[in-house]
Amino acid sequence: MERVAKGLPREPELPPSRGPLSASVAGYLRHARRLPDHAAIGDAAPFGDDLQLALHLCYELHYRGFAGVDADREWDPELLRVRAALERPFLAALRTGASRHEHADDALDELLVEPVDGHGITHFLQDEGELWHLREYAAQRSVYHLKEADPHAWVLPRLWGRAKAGMAAVEFDEYGAGRAERVHARMFADLMTDLELDPAYGHYVYASGAEALAVVNLMSLFGLHRALRGALVGHFAAVETTSSPGSRRLARAMRRIGAGPAAEHFYREHVEADAVHEQIVRREVVAGLLEEEPQLDGDVAFGVDATGYLEERLADRLLAAWRAGESSLRTSLSTSPRTSLHPSV
Amino acid sequence: MSTVPGERPRRITAPREGPLLVEGPVEVVLEDGTTVSSERFCVALCTCRRSRAYPWCDTSHRQHPERGRPD
Repeated sequence: MERVAKGLPREPELPPSRGPLSASVAGYLRHARRLPDHAAIGDAAPFGDDLQLALHLCYELHYRGFAGVDADREWDPELLRVRAALERPFLAALRTGASRHEHADDALDELLVEPVDGHGITHFLQDEGELWHLREYAAQRSVYHLKEADPHAWVLPRLWGRAKAGMAAVEFDEYGAGRAERVHARMFADLMTDLELDPAYGHYVYASGAEALAVVNLMSLFGLHRALRGALVGHFAAVETTSSPGSRRLARAMRRIGAGPAAEHFYREHVEADAVHEQIVRREVVAGLLEEEPQLDGDVAFGVDATGYLEERLADRLLAAWRAGESSLRTSLSTSPRTSLHPSV
Repeated sequence: MSTVPGERPRRITAPREGPLLVEGPVEVVLEDGTTVSSERFCVALCTCRRSRAYPWCDTSHRQHPERGRPD
């Protein structure tokens, strides 16, 4: 199989460990014998670096895997048992900490109100973001955007009727509607190139904090479990509903600092695309699913709430670091040759 | 087969609030005579006229609470 040819990425290297759990999962993937025991997992912080990285390592075997790791590890029963043990405290902490609504409609309606003087992360980047902020933001978001729409594709076989048709239509759009250069993951790689970041899949996992990994682990958790299909749909609806206004602010930020045409285009495309996707997901996917399976109403609401909760944790970390003038990453990025560039507009 | 593209009416979903949803691809002729087009499987056409990406919806129709509300 041709692997290094243009655009087709190689598997990423295993990232450095962050504690005993991630160290033993990484060690096991490299053919060491010992996996973490369940007591050690119980002692770990559910949203902490060590557990989140360990979970990320387990999940990545279902996407692109890692260099030097046997692809069959994806279905290694011992590893799956450990993955389940890592998922339990993560899911339990989300159920306890994040749940705010009983019904999908209530959870989603709340997202439709746009505060005039919002102060979220996209507001910060729009109003005062500098090149280094945008590079840090893109580096951490790349953990998801370089596999944009992939975790959501897993839900397709679990849906039926309007929900399946709507979900497939939106996914088709995310995957470029048959045009490789319009695949959203590819467009994000082009954005990274504009920002002089390395667009290789998984490259910035080492630098991404627990909060950034948790946002992506949530999608994998919901995507890989049929039992959580309602939560996956809720998660997707939350992302599509909040994306359009946020993308408009990010497009402005990219334009203001003169990031480049691909960087601006990625977010401009998301303003229009997600205004459509929001409508389809709400009317066809969420409504269609709940028509077929009304008992999933609470799970859809949980998916929306969990997404907002983890996004807020990520925003808090980034904004706290940036307001203190510090890097939000575990390891700061090497300085861009263009850091001295002044805004072009 | 009655499902050949173009042989059935194009579906437009017209909700009370929010954009018109039109099956793509579409071409929109604007007031000044210019034409914009989209190949998307479905497009959301702005009906509130507040969109900054007019004629495409950019979610500007959404309700804004009073300034200063904690959120």
